[in-house]
Amino acid sequence: MNQLLAALWKEGLLQWNLRSRFFAVAVFGTTSLLLFSFAIGPSAHALRQYSAGFLWLALLLSSTLTLSESFHAETEHRALEGLLLLQASPRALFYGKAIANWLQLAILGMMLVPIMVVLYDAGTTDLFRLAGIILLGSAGLSAPGTLYAAMVTQARAQQTLLPLLLFPLVVPVLLASVKATSLLILGDPMGQTPSWIGLLLCFNAIYWSLCGLLFGRVVEDS
Amino acid sequence: MTSPRLSRRLPLLFILVGAALLLCGSYIGLFVAPPERMMGEVQRLMYVHVPTAWNSMLALTFAFIAALAYLIGGAWKWDARMEAGIEVGVVLAFLLCVQGSIWAKPTWGVWWDWDPRLTTTAVLLLAFAGIIALRRFVDDPGRRATWSAVATIIAFADVPIVYFSVKWWNSLHQLQSTPQTVSSAFHLPLRMNAFGILFLMIGWIMLRSRIAQARLESELAPPPAATSFSDNAHATAGGHR
Repeated sequence: MNQLLAALWKEGLLQWNLRSRFFAVAVFGTTSLLLFSFAIGPSAHALRQYSAGFLWLALLLSSTLTLSESFHAETEHRALEGLLLLQASPRALFYGKAIANWLQLAILGMMLVPIMVVLYDAGTTDLFRLAGIILLGSAGLSAPGTLYAAMVTQARAQQTLLPLLLFPLVVPVLLASVKATSLLILGDPMGQTPSWIGLLLCFNAIYWSLCGLLFGRVVEDS
Repeated sequence: MTSPRLSRRLPLLFILVGAALLLCGSYIGLFVAPPERMMGEVQRLMYVHVPTAWNSMLALTFAFIAALAYLIGGAWKWDARMEAGIEVGVVLAFLLCVQGSIWAKPTWGVWWDWDPRLTTTAVLLLAFAGIIALRRFVDDPGRRATWSAVATIIAFADVPIVYFSVKWWNSLHQLQSTPQTVSSAFHLPLRMNAFGILFLMIGWIMLRSRIAQARLESELAPPPAATSFSDNAHATAGGHR
C-alpha cells in the first residue's frame, strides 16, 4: 500500500510538471469535437443524436496521445530499471500509472462535456450519472492502455502500435460508454442504461486485475 | 517415439487428410445434401462457415495456451507455437468475416451488419492482427516473446465475449449451429468439413511453428562471424605481410 501511495505521489509530481502537455491534449480533443461536426453537417437534430459518439471518439483519440507518452519519463535514462532495482513493486508502479492515466482521461472527458453541450446542444441534468459513466469509460481505456504503453514505448513505431493494439480491445468500452451517454442525453424509456454500465463494470474488473497481474512480466523483460 | 522422418512428414499428412476431407465434405454439402427449407441454396455456405468459426476459435485458444505456457515455463518452442497459432487464427477469422459477408448479402440484404457476433469476430481479427504487428516491431526475441504472450492473453479475454455475445445482446445472427441444432441430413458434410479444416489447421500450425522455431534458433545462435572475421583479418594481415 505504501508503495502504491509512493507511486501515486510520483505520478502526481510528474503530471504537474507535464501539465502543459495535458492542456495540449485537451485542445486536441476540442479540435476533434469540432471536426466531427463537419462530417455530419449543420443539422442540429443529427448532431445532438450522435453527440455521445463524438464525445467518446474524441476521448479515445486523445487517450492515445496521453497514454503513448505516459512511460516516456520512466524509459529515459533507464529510470524504470532503477525503480525495479530498488525493489519497487511492479504492481504498485502499474496501478500508480494506470490511476494517474485514468484521472487524466476522466478530467479530459469532463472538460469536453461543456464543449459538446455548446457545439451539439446535447446536455443532461443528471451530471452525477454522466460523471460516473465518464469515470467508468475512462477506467476501461486506462488499464489496457497503460499496459500496452509500457510495451510500445520501447518498440519501434510506437505511435502506430498503440492504437493498433488498443482500439480493437476497447471496442466494448466504446460501445457501452457511447450507449450509456446517449441514453442519458436522449432519454432511456426502456431502462437500458444499467446493462451498459454493468458491461463497463465487467470489463474494468477483468482488465484492471489482468493487466495488474501481467505488468510485472512486461517490465521484467524491459 | 516417432521417427524423425515421420515427424518431418506429419504436417504434410495432416494437410493431405484435411484437404481430402474438406473436398469430400464440400462435394456432399454442395451436390448431395438437400437445400434448407427456408434459406435454400445459400445455407450450403454453412458447411464451411461453421467449421471455420469453430477452428478459428480453436487456433486462437491454442495461441492463448501457448502464451500461458511460455510465460510459465519460458520454453522458446511455446513462443514459436504461439506465433503459429495467432497467424492461423487470424487467417481463419478473416475467412470467417468474408464468409459471413457473403452469407449476409442474400440473407439479410447487406454485406455487413453490425450484429454483435460478426462485429466481435472482426474486433478479434484486428486485435490479433495487432499482435502480429507488435511481433514485427520488436527485435529482441525475449521481449518479443513475453510482450506478445501478454498481449495474447489480454486479447483472448475478448474471446468469451465473441462466443457468448449472442446470449448477452439481442442479435440478428443465427443461433450457434451444432449437429444438434441442424437437420440430420446436414450432419455428414458439416462434420467432414469440421475435421477437414481441423486437420488443415493442425498441419499448418505445425509447419508455421517450425519456421518460427528455425528463425528463433538463428536469432539466438552466437554470431559465427566473430571467429571467421578474425581468421579472415589474420589471413588478410598475413597476406599483406
